[in-house]
Amino acid sequence: MIPLLRHIFRTGILTEPTQDVEAGAERELDRLQGEILHVLGRALTIREVDAGSCNGCELEVHALNNPYYNLEGRGIKFVASPRHADMLLVSGPVTKNMENALLRAYECTPDPKLVVAIGDCGCTGGVFGESYASCGRVSNVIPVDVVVPGCPPTPLDLLRGILTAVARQK
Amino acid sequence: MYFCDDISIEFTRQPGLGAPVWRGRAGSGAQLRSFADSARRSGARIAAIWGADRRQQGEGFRLHCVFGVEAGHLWLSLDLPADAPSFPDLADIFTAANRMQRAMRDMVGIAIEGGDQRPWLRHGGWPADWYPLRHDAGAPPESPNQPTDYEFVKVGGEGAHEIPVGPIHAGIIEPGHFRFSVVGERVLRLEQRLGYQHKGVEKLFIGADVARGATLVGRISGDSTCAYAWAYADAVESACGVEPPPRALALRALMLERERVANHLGDLGALGNDAAFAFGLTQFFALKEKWVRVNQALFGHRFLMDRIVPGGVASDIDADGLAAIVEQCATIGVELAKLRNLYDEHSGLQDRFATTGIIDSELARELSLSGMAARATGMLLDGRAHRQGYTPPPPYAALGVRPATDERGDVAARVAVRFDEINESLRLLRQIAVSLPAGAIRVELAPVPGGSGLGVVEGWRGEVVVGVEFDGEGRLARVHPHDPSWQAWLALEHAVLRDIVPDFPLINKSFNLSYSGVDL
Repeated sequence: MIPLLRHIFRTGILTEPTQDVEAGAERELDRLQGEILHVLGRALTIREVDAGSCNGCELEVHALNNPYYNLEGRGIKFVASPRHADMLLVSGPVTKNMENALLRAYECTPDPKLVVAIGDCGCTGGVFGESYASCGRVSNVIPVDVVVPGCPPTPLDLLRGILTAVARQK
Repeated sequence: MYFCDDISIEFTRQPGLGAPVWRGRAGSGAQLRSFADSARRSGARIAAIWGADRRQQGEGFRLHCVFGVEAGHLWLSLDLPADAPSFPDLADIFTAANRMQRAMRDMVGIAIEGGDQRPWLRHGGWPADWYPLRHDAGAPPESPNQPTDYEFVKVGGEGAHEIPVGPIHAGIIEPGHFRFSVVGERVLRLEQRLGYQHKGVEKLFIGADVARGATLVGRISGDSTCAYAWAYADAVESACGVEPPPRALALRALMLERERVANHLGDLGALGNDAAFAFGLTQFFALKEKWVRVNQALFGHRFLMDRIVPGGVASDIDADGLAAIVEQCATIGVELAKLRNLYDEHSGLQDRFATTGIIDSELARELSLSGMAARATGMLLDGRAHRQGYTPPPPYAALGVRPATDERGDVAARVAVRFDEINESLRLLRQIAVSLPAGAIRVELAPVPGGSGLGVVEGWRGEVVVGVEFDGEGRLARVHPHDPSWQAWLALEHAVLRDIVPDFPLINKSFNLSYSGVDL
C-alpha cells in the first residue's frame, strides 16, 4: 500500500489549469462550467453512443477522462444507460445497422435531452458519407444540438462542444 | 515454389519490400479445398478471405484466400463463373473461415456450398438478394430498415437462460451484440453477432484513386491507423513496382511502434480499472496522454492518421524530434517499470488476472489466431521477428525484434505480454531514432493498370492484411482490409467458458478487439 500511495503522491496533480489547455479559453470554459450548474443545478451525465465510427473518436472520448482533462472533476460523468443521461454524445456515421439502436437510445433518454454529434463523420458523414450501409451524419437520424468536427476531435474540442450544448439550452 | 507436395499449385514471390507473400492460382473449388486441408494439417492459419466481381474485365468472380505459413503468407485465388458463383465451405477446415465467407457472400454474392448460411454483415438494411460489391448493383432497392432475426445457437437444460448484451454496451466502446447462455453466473456459451459498424467501406474503395484509398484505409480501425496505412502502402507499392526509401521505412516502423505503445498503455490502464483498480487507469492514461501529445508535436496528429502513405511517409522528423523521442522512451520506461511492480505486487489485481480467460496454444492454432493474444499462449509468431524460414521485412530485419511470449494464456499473460511489448517497442524506437537513415521520405508512384498486391503488417493486435487490385484505368478495383480481430473474436468466445459473467469485461478488455475493423 505504501508504494502505491507514494506513487500517487509523486505523480501529483496533472489536471491542467484551463489557461494551459488553450490560451484565452479559460474564461469561456470556466463560465460554461458555471452554466452547467446554473442550467442543470447538478452534474451532467452523458451516454456515449458509437453509431458507426472507426473508433478514433472513442480514443479521444476516453482521453477526456484522463487526469489532464479531468472531466469528472468538472461535474461531467459518463453513464451506462441512456435512461440516466442528460446528453447523448454520438459518433458516426450512423450505420444502417445501428440506426434502430440509436433511435431507441434517443427515445430512452429523458427530456430535456441534448445531443452532441462528434467527429467529421458524426457532423457530415465524413469520408464514409451516405450509402447503402450508412445514413451519414447523426442529424439524419436524430435531432442534434451541437456538432464537434475533427478526425478525431481533440479532447479540448469535445469538452468545448459539450459545454456549448449545455449553455445553449439555457 | 510449391507449398504442398501433393497439390500442384505453383506459387511465385510477390515483388516489393513488404512482408513475404507468394501468389498462386487454384484450378477448382475442389483443389482449393484440398490445398486448405493440406495447409491446415501442416500448421497454416487462415489470414483472410474475400471476393471480387471481375465481370467488367470480361471475367467472372474471383475468390481470394490468404494463408499464414512459416515462410510468410500465401495468396491463393480461384476464378469462378459469372453465373451462380459458389465455392466449397472451408469452415470445417479453418474455424475462422466461417464469418469471413459469410461476409463475402453478403457483400459479393458468392454462395457457400454447405455450412453456416446465416447472414453476417447484412442485418436487414437491404434485401438478401442485393449484393453491394457487384458492379451492377446500382442503388439498393427501397426497403424498410428492419433488423432480421438472428438464429443464435440455443443452449438447453434446466436453469439455462440467455443474457443478451448490446449492440450499445455499457461503456465507451464500439457496438456489437453478445449473447451469453448461462446457468447462474457460469457462462456456458458466448456467441457474438457483429456487423453493427458496417458502413460500406469496401464499396467506397471501388473506383477511388490511391490517395482516397489511403484516407479510407486509415479509418478502418482508428486505433490501428498506422498498421492499416502501412499494409495498404505495401500492397500498392508491390502492385506498382515501387520501393519506398529506407528513411521512409524506418519512419513507418517508428510510427507503428508508437501506435503499439499507445494502445498497450491505454489497455493496461483499462485492465486495472476493470479489476476495480482505478489507480491503474489514471496512471496509464496519463502516460498515454503524454505519449500522444508527442505524436501531435512531432507529426501533427495524436494518433498519426494519414502519415504513412503509398510511396513513403508524409511527415519527416528532425534531430530535435528524434532527441525528444529518445528522451520520452527513457522516462516512460522508468514509469512503466514502477507501475509494473505495483501491478505485480497488488494481490487483488493478480487474483483477478491469473487463471481468468484462458486460451491455450492448441486453440489459438485451431482459430488461426495471430498477434499479442497468440503470443500470450506461448506461440512465437510475430511478423516483425525472425523465425525459422522467415525473414521479416525491412526495417525490422535489421532491428532484431525479440517477440514477447507467455505460456499461461490468461488475462495475466496478455497483461505481461503487453508490458514486455512496450519495453521492446521503446528499445526499437530508441534504436530507430539513433540510426535513422538520411535521404528522401517519399517516392513518386503511378498506378499500374491491372496491378495487384498484398500487404501484411504486425499491428498491435496482430496481423493486419490488405489486398489491393487496380482496374484498367489505374483506379482501385478492389481493396480488402482484414483485421486480426476476425480470428480473435472467436478466441474471446472460448476464453470466457471457464469463467463467470462478471469476469467478461476484464477478459474482453485483455483482448480489446476492433468492431469497426471487422464490420467494414
